[in-house]
Amino acid sequence: MIREHGHTLDIDLVTHRYGSVTAVADVSLAVRAGEIVALLGPSGCGKTTLLRVVAGFVRQSAGSVRIDGKPVDHLPANLRNVGIVFQSYALFPHMTVADNIAYGLQARGVQRAKVRQTVDQFLEVVRLTELRDRLPRQLSGGQQQRVAVARALAVEPTVLLLDEPFSALDKGLRLDMQIEIKRLQRQFGLTAILVTHDQDEAMSVADRIAVMNQGRVEQFDTPINVYDHPATLFVSGFIGTTNLLAGRALASSSVGTLVELDAGARLVVLGDRTFPAGAPVVLSARPEQLCLHAEPAAERWRVQRRLAVPLGPNTVHDLATREGVTLKLVEPRLGAPTEAAGEAWCGLRPDARPGLFSLPSPM
Amino acid sequence: MLTFVTRRLLLAVPVLLGVVFVVMLTIDLLPGDAVTLMLGEHATRDAVANLRAHLGLDKPFLVRYLDYVGQLLRGDLGRSFQQNRLVAAELSDAWPATIELTIAALLIAAVVGIVAGIASAVWPNSLFDGVARLFSLFGLSMPIFWTGLVFIVIFSLWLHWLPVGGTGSLTHLILPAVTLALPSVAMIARMTRSAVLDVLREDYVRTARAKGVGEVWVLGRHALRNAFIPILTLLGLQSGQLMGGAVLTETVFAWPGLGRLMVKAIFARDYVLLQGAVLVFALAFVVINLIVDLSYGLLDPRISRQG
Amino acid sequence: MDAWLRFRKNRLALIGLALVLLLVLTATLAPWLALHDPTRQSLIEKRARPGAKYLLGADEFGRDILSRVIYGSRVALLVGVVSVLIALAGGLVLGTAAGFTGGWLDTVVMRVVEILLAFPYLLLALAIVAMLGPGVLNTTLAVGIWGVPAVTRMVRGSVLALRETEYVGAARALGAPAPAVLRRHVLPNVLPGLVVYATLFMANAILLEAALSFLGLGVQPPTASWGLMVSTGRDVLLVAPHVATVPGLAIMVAVLGFNLVGDGLRDALDPRLTTTR
Repeated sequence: MIREHGHTLDIDLVTHRYGSVTAVADVSLAVRAGEIVALLGPSGCGKTTLLRVVAGFVRQSAGSVRIDGKPVDHLPANLRNVGIVFQSYALFPHMTVADNIAYGLQARGVQRAKVRQTVDQFLEVVRLTELRDRLPRQLSGGQQQRVAVARALAVEPTVLLLDEPFSALDKGLRLDMQIEIKRLQRQFGLTAILVTHDQDEAMSVADRIAVMNQGRVEQFDTPINVYDHPATLFVSGFIGTTNLLAGRALASSSVGTLVELDAGARLVVLGDRTFPAGAPVVLSARPEQLCLHAEPAAERWRVQRRLAVPLGPNTVHDLATREGVTLKLVEPRLGAPTEAAGEAWCGLRPDARPGLFSLPSPM
Repeated sequence: MLTFVTRRLLLAVPVLLGVVFVVMLTIDLLPGDAVTLMLGEHATRDAVANLRAHLGLDKPFLVRYLDYVGQLLRGDLGRSFQQNRLVAAELSDAWPATIELTIAALLIAAVVGIVAGIASAVWPNSLFDGVARLFSLFGLSMPIFWTGLVFIVIFSLWLHWLPVGGTGSLTHLILPAVTLALPSVAMIARMTRSAVLDVLREDYVRTARAKGVGEVWVLGRHALRNAFIPILTLLGLQSGQLMGGAVLTETVFAWPGLGRLMVKAIFARDYVLLQGAVLVFALAFVVINLIVDLSYGLLDPRISRQG
Repeated sequence: MDAWLRFRKNRLALIGLALVLLLVLTATLAPWLALHDPTRQSLIEKRARPGAKYLLGADEFGRDILSRVIYGSRVALLVGVVSVLIALAGGLVLGTAAGFTGGWLDTVVMRVVEILLAFPYLLLALAIVAMLGPGVLNTTLAVGIWGVPAVTRMVRGSVLALRETEYVGAARALGAPAPAVLRRHVLPNVLPGLVVYATLFMANAILLEAALSFLGLGVQPPTASWGLMVSTGRDVLLVAPHVATVPGLAIMVAVLGFNLVGDGLRDALDPRLTTTR
């Protein structure tokens, strides 16, 4: 049964405080129908609290949550019709797989015949039909998760919420389940929110990622944009690896900024952000955006080569600037091994667009 | 730190006020009209009305409540019916005896209980442990008033070692104090054993042991310091038991304390005295628990930081 | 159920169970077990020593102590069981309402509970029994009401903790209304702790009734209550100690039984919480 349309979810300036601690601060997100959004961030960033606000377990201090444009803040959790899959699955331990899936339907007073039919259908969907009479403790982790998902989907929720559902699974299984959930989400056209601290998971599963830090959303964009064009220093550091080089902006325009690096180079960084002259800045360059040269140049800085480690098709270089800042550089190996010793000159690749951010003010 | 203390003190105030409220309400609801009791059944209606007005008993409850709180703050607890003495005077005559008894009992209970508990935890399932635990079980199951009587029978009647009742010297204090302490010894020994065993199981203790640190050092440094908090809670709670038990013990041993005074007040329907006596007990309990609470804050920096 | 197995292996718990059963049997079969009429006085045989006719002696009115002790078990059991039921009923209702609903109801209930628990145990019971008046039924009611605040606090704590679990969250999100969640997910998990508490409460209830009757404020003569018997036996303590001491022994045995069973249940239901490791 494929649904025709999903539901939109709007989070408007939601703030939530626990006593003197602000867990979520002025978060606004507009989730499109049928879209899966990941709330990504380190622990304590507020992503789980936000999820609980959407689910209705917590009444937020300020702001509003709307489903299909209508506010749901006044509705308790059991009337919001959201499906939720927990990290621990929270399967009812004394009920069989079939009964677990049937729970929500029975709670809504659906007729017994229809309940059976729906349960059978969803058992099919998650391929657990033969295990319908097992108890949760007799199932493997992956199977338990599929039951949890089926249980959440059986009631045809408006929004599907997933709270770090894959963290309890081992690596191989994790990828399978991520694909499975994405497939189900697409099949049913469900609007979904996935909470995770694993960026690989967010990158592969989500249509858009909301990177959260200390209660705020630092960037809400597609995985590619979040990686290629991080909006803040935090995002650039959190997503993928990056090298941070301090420096000063000399001149700035809408096309690019001339930067003088403390490491001893003067170069132009392309981008539309402008900086006041003399402002301290940080250059955030990904390992694949740097390259090594044998000869110096104005836009290159001196580095000491410490290690060169082969990693698959690439070589990872461990470098140190003249001030001792460690840099990581990745380049395709192309067969010949490189000796890792002595000095070299490091610069940006011609087509690279690294991030440039103001230095955060001292606290 | 200071905020923690002030917060706790402020939180205690509504409880104290509530306690006074409940005590007054309870006394009010007791059967028998105070005025009629005082004047006798044949008193004229006018006399009754006059005395009632004189005592302020015709005013509505809330007004009386507020008056009483005001009185309390001035230290005036009213006048006892029976002897027409000031309640405050009667109470202050009686409470040293109760304090003496309770503190003696608490000391005995704490020392014996904690030592026995620790010994049990250090040699679990040994003969000592078995005997101690059995003893605890019995101690918890014996009614205090009966234990007191049994002690009197054994130590006064049969052995003639100790006097039957009354007060005056250390020998008079021993039996009542031990009687009162018994259930608490049992409880404290059990909980101490449990708390210390818990701590001895903890990873950091095993680590210390693995590092080759001496057993006594492990015990002293780690085990006790962390078992201290539950034990402290227990001591606070036991003070309530001790106060209740004091009423019974004082009755059995004719110990002239607050408990015995209270029981006499009940039978004499001396409600003003009763109100005062109950209030003293209840307020003392609140204060003790407050002190225990505050000591947590001092002992456990995590708590005082949160406030 | 593995809890039952654990209980069975605990010898002390089984002894306790035997004692409790003894109490129940004695109370039920009292008319047949008692050799003499517990209220029949005999002035000649006042304070008789334990002997052939009066197995445990006679009291100050010449009544057979053994028979009175046997009948006293009825009072003890009545007070123990009924007061527990009252306390559990009241405590469950208030505790669940406070813990699950939260908000102002929770605040109000907990303030009142806090104030009531600020009284030392005997004082609170004394106050209630003084208000209600003496007698077996009133004493039972008083002990029951005395127990409500403590049970309320315990239940509320459990309910609060359970309310935050993911099971309850999942059930709510799936659409289960509050009563169903309570019934299927919360209460079943509150009950084990409550059962342990109830058993230990019965032990304390018996002690409390004995204390109240001892002070003369609980059960009234001529009803045979163990506490009352100890109290009246005090008068003749110096000449006939058995009159006061024998009933007290009965109290101890009954209370011991409930304590052992309660301990055993606690160990059986949650091995991590054992005090009898």
